[in-house]
Amino acid sequence: MTAAKTPKPEELLALRYAPPATPWMGTPTVFRPGTWSYSGTPKSLTALGLPNPRAWQPSDADWKLPENWKEIILGGLAERLQRYRSLRLFMDICVRCGACADKCHFFIGSGDPKNMPVLRAELLRSVYRRYFTESGKRFGMLAGARDLTVDVLKEWFYYFYQCTECRRCSVFCPYGIDQAEITMMGRELLTLVGCNINWVTEPMANCFRTGNHLGIQPGGVKDMLEFLADDVADRTGVKVEVPLNRKGAEILFVTPSGDYFADPGTYTCMGYMMLFHEIGLDYTFSTYASEGGNFGLFTSHEMIKRLNAKIYAEAKRLGVKWILGGECGHMWRVVHQYMDTMNGPADFLAEPVSPITGTRFENARSTKMVHIAEFTADLIRSGRLKLDPSRNDAYRVTFHDSCNPARSMGLFEEPRYIINHVCNHFHEMAEDTIREKTLCCGSGAGLGNDENEEMRMRGGMPRAMAVREVKERHGVNRLACMCAIDRAALTALMDYWVPGVGVMGVHELLANALVMTGEKERTTDLRGEPLEACG
Amino acid sequence: MNLAVSLTVVLTLTLLALGIAFSPLLFLLTAILPYAVFAVFVGGFVYRIVKWARAPAPFRITTTCGQQASLPWMKSAPLESPSTLWGVIGRMASEVFLFRSLFRNTGLAMVGQRPVYGSAKWLWFFGLLFHWSLLIIVLRHLRFFVEPIAPWISALSAIDGFFEIGVPTLYLTDAAVLAGLMFLFFRRVAVPQLRYISLVTDYFAPLLLMGIATTGLLMRHFFPADLLQVKNLALGWVTFHPAVPQGAGPVFYIHVLYVFTLMAWFPFSKLMHMGGVFLSPTRNLANDNRMKRHLNPWNAPVKVHTYEEYEDEFREKMKLAGLPVEKE
Repeated sequence: MTAAKTPKPEELLALRYAPPATPWMGTPTVFRPGTWSYSGTPKSLTALGLPNPRAWQPSDADWKLPENWKEIILGGLAERLQRYRSLRLFMDICVRCGACADKCHFFIGSGDPKNMPVLRAELLRSVYRRYFTESGKRFGMLAGARDLTVDVLKEWFYYFYQCTECRRCSVFCPYGIDQAEITMMGRELLTLVGCNINWVTEPMANCFRTGNHLGIQPGGVKDMLEFLADDVADRTGVKVEVPLNRKGAEILFVTPSGDYFADPGTYTCMGYMMLFHEIGLDYTFSTYASEGGNFGLFTSHEMIKRLNAKIYAEAKRLGVKWILGGECGHMWRVVHQYMDTMNGPADFLAEPVSPITGTRFENARSTKMVHIAEFTADLIRSGRLKLDPSRNDAYRVTFHDSCNPARSMGLFEEPRYIINHVCNHFHEMAEDTIREKTLCCGSGAGLGNDENEEMRMRGGMPRAMAVREVKERHGVNRLACMCAIDRAALTALMDYWVPGVGVMGVHELLANALVMTGEKERTTDLRGEPLEACG
Repeated sequence: MNLAVSLTVVLTLTLLALGIAFSPLLFLLTAILPYAVFAVFVGGFVYRIVKWARAPAPFRITTTCGQQASLPWMKSAPLESPSTLWGVIGRMASEVFLFRSLFRNTGLAMVGQRPVYGSAKWLWFFGLLFHWSLLIIVLRHLRFFVEPIAPWISALSAIDGFFEIGVPTLYLTDAAVLAGLMFLFFRRVAVPQLRYISLVTDYFAPLLLMGIATTGLLMRHFFPADLLQVKNLALGWVTFHPAVPQGAGPVFYIHVLYVFTLMAWFPFSKLMHMGGVFLSPTRNLANDNRMKRHLNPWNAPVKVHTYEEYEDEFREKMKLAGLPVEKE
């Protein structure tokens, strides 16, 4: 199969927000190339022991569902209604006020009414009413209920894989109804009958076996990190160490594999290594827990737990005191909101204390995992870092709040504090597009694949347009972010919508400005671009 | 279509009430139904809340709308991202009493092919106006159910009629509740996206409530009901001596049947958001996730890939790469 050619930006902007003439229950789902993701391969499903592995594609007429698929789905829904107050409540209390409707980046970018969070939820709610409420059983359509059919299942697949679980709608909902939660349940149900996407299942299968999404084996992780250490030496003249699987280290450092695998994440990873070297941190990477990200979040709660278990297990095996986590979005949703509950208690670890400043990270006293932005902000505040922000003078920076650290953690000020100390030109995007109202990159929750590119560009359009505005107004040429998926997705998004804006991690910016002991005179930034050639 | 169904139902109710008013069935409406409806309302309400509350909140999935409490010198947002119980209470109070989240509402407009998010507070304003007015109206109605009338009820009525427009005085909340309802209703009819998602129940709720408010206004200002009769009836319900009133007027019976319909339907409808909002896990849980462990009652072991299994597969490669191993 070849990916569909993505239309030009002008074509995508020919948007129509008027709903179709047919009522939504009677509007069939069209699997238009460029707007959906390939199915999970039997190999990856088998590796994880997930149900119904088989060769199929969403564009096929026959999805090769198990004989009793309906029973499985309804049984799964019944079970989840018992287990999650969130689901039961969100199925019942929506008043369809529509406040969420134009908050979804996929709706803004596509105009498809089924991308309004309220209607995306109704796709599931209508089935819930039909089988789990008296009014739905009695009055059917009049009560907004409909039968579960194969077409409904296909519609779920199409639209639950057109939601990035970014939670922007839940900020605006008067009852806090969270479409991410509903999408997560929808995807769990689809998983029960083997309807997954490969961009999620393959990384999960890799992560389960090799410790990271990309399937990099232990030697490979070492090679890549050593390669980055060589690059650091080349740029700065300082040789940084590459501690791996080292027992007795004080801190285990976990970051998404995207950080050491591909540009521009690698520059952020170099930044971490330079910082840790400069402050003399006693830390180690791990090859077994070589992934901070967790694509289980895009599949099922059980998969979150299965993949996340490695982090505490490895911390225990290595005998570290606490865990430090790198720049990542959904990884931090898992660490902040799920890890301790699922795989804790972390009673074998100590309450995190910065060995450099002595600061006690009280906010992480139970989970025992600290976000690197918290760690670094504390270092800067205590004056332990020598910084020369003018080394970033070539950059006019804006900052993209990644969905999960924003709306599932509240990490707003730490990255801004760092950015303000390491560069001289920082310009915020429009108020309604940052912090808790930040707009998604359009490629989160497992949707960042090539075959889905049109939908990604549509979903990322609102974010891109906010960048375009600061580019035009302030000459912004760098989009900083704290998420590995962002670093990959926003790069493509900028190339498509706002050419000329590069994407970088906050610790790349920091490392450019970081004055290291024994460094040679810096003539280039981490990317090897001459410092003075900018401006 | 859904709108037509809702209108039909409301009209049917009206005719039904008129039919009852002039028939021996009046006894049913004034002596039997009140108790049945009240039982359904209370029982249904409790049932729904208990059903929600019995499902656990396995994970702490707070939606954070402000800075977390992290480093002591970093200013956090105690209401938008509360890390304490008091913060959560404050956040919930701002949601319940002020509709905080709805206040954030923005309206999308495409300006030169660029999405722009303008201020859009009308939904918040009329939503708040409607809900507060309805609450005050309900409280005012308590004067029919107690004798002597508690001073706070009289005071509330006096404030509500402060401007003394017309005789009898127009209650501001009567006008406000209708204004709020009309906004909510016409917004639903006028905005294509909203019309697209609206179910029968979405039209029925505002139509029924408008019916209640209108009949109430009619009785107060145009077809005065015999207040003494009404009060006797209400007191009769409370003291379990219901009596069929004489000449309370057809409008009164329409009003009462509407209210009974609302009450009986309430627990089974989306109007239960009134109780549900308090239970919403994205709002009523503190953002203290990494400070305190949250327990999941059904947390069960899952199949994981252990370090031992990992090392068994990669041991030779690890040794080759010079990585330490547990077993040589």
